[in-house]
Amino acid sequence: MLHTVNKSPTERNTLESCLKHLKKGCAVLLIEDGVYGALKGTVSTKLVEQALKHHPIYALYPDLEARGMQDRVIDGIKLVDYSGFVDLAVEYPSVQSWL
Amino acid sequence: MKFGILINEGPYTHEASDTAYLFAKAAIEKGHKVSRVFFYHDGVYNSSRLTEPPTDDRHIVNRWQKLAKDHGIDLVVCVAAALRRGIKDENLQEGFRISGLGQLIESGIQSDRLVTFGD
Amino acid sequence: MTEVTGGIEMEEDTSGKIKKFLYINRKAPYGTIYALESLEVVLIAAAFDQDVSLAFLDDGVYQIIKGQHTRTIDVKNFSPTYRALEGYDIEKLYVEKESMEVRGLKEEDFIVPVKVISTQEMADLMESQDVVLSF
Repeated sequence: MLHTVNKSPTERNTLESCLKHLKKGCAVLLIEDGVYGALKGTVSTKLVEQALKHHPIYALYPDLEARGMQDRVIDGIKLVDYSGFVDLAVEYPSVQSWL
Repeated sequence: MKFGILINEGPYTHEASDTAYLFAKAAIEKGHKVSRVFFYHDGVYNSSRLTEPPTDDRHIVNRWQKLAKDHGIDLVVCVAAALRRGIKDENLQEGFRISGLGQLIESGIQSDRLVTFGD
Repeated sequence: MTEVTGGIEMEEDTSGKIKKFLYINRKAPYGTIYALESLEVVLIAAAFDQDVSLAFLDDGVYQIIKGQHTRTIDVKNFSPTYRALEGYDIEKLYVEKESMEVRGLKEEDFIVPVKVISTQEMADLMESQDVVLSF
């Protein structure tokens, strides 16, 4: 299953809640304000790095770039554009949007 | 692959409709089919014919209308959510139609993936 | 519930296909409309003979608390509707234990019978679905 998160981890617990519910084989895509969860040196960085050991994590590059955060991304997070988002939605059998 | 899309937020306030649009456009460019976009909650405002953004801004309503026309997407606005918020046939943009929530469930059944965009 | 359906139109033949639909509720009631409009979708879903489950986690557990009195905020109290779900053959209601406990709640605080499950079980439930709708 592909999980998408669109909330900043310093505003809501959405990312934290999503990461707690990941099963083997699940991936996470950070979109919209969710891309703030992809950053180095924040309070949630450790949590995300931990999840990265077991799950692929992606961030939507256009949203990162719009927010000026493109150079602060945690190593190992893969950047995708909308075409990559579509590919992920195709690759995983279902999509869950954490709102 | 056949996609259904659910949009739960109105235009301009949230990014949801923008992300959904760019996702839908990318899916179509890759040869997938977007069969239906269902507008729910404040998402129904994406269908208002009275929308007039500044000329240097994107026109979210007309953008959906055009994409739908060019690629045969069924744009469905939830009737219950629409009536609550003053969206009726009188102010509905051409290319959108008002119908029941059953259309959303049907989209979930018929599509290979139903992807939600909201807040 | 015809007032919310606007008439169910079956334009394509959906008979025979049974998918697993999970409705995820993570938001508290009244502050926003998501809880109510999510419930309206669930009631419509009942007419489609699909395999429907409801999950309450994070602030979503507040939706099914007993003793909601909304007269003074002049908003319809829709919490009794959760009790009506059984009549629509929607009987799979799950509450995440951790979400319940961190909010100081117990199973007897809920207006409907629910199955309290662990975070791991909730993750299993999500993974086993065909369509996940979260409001």
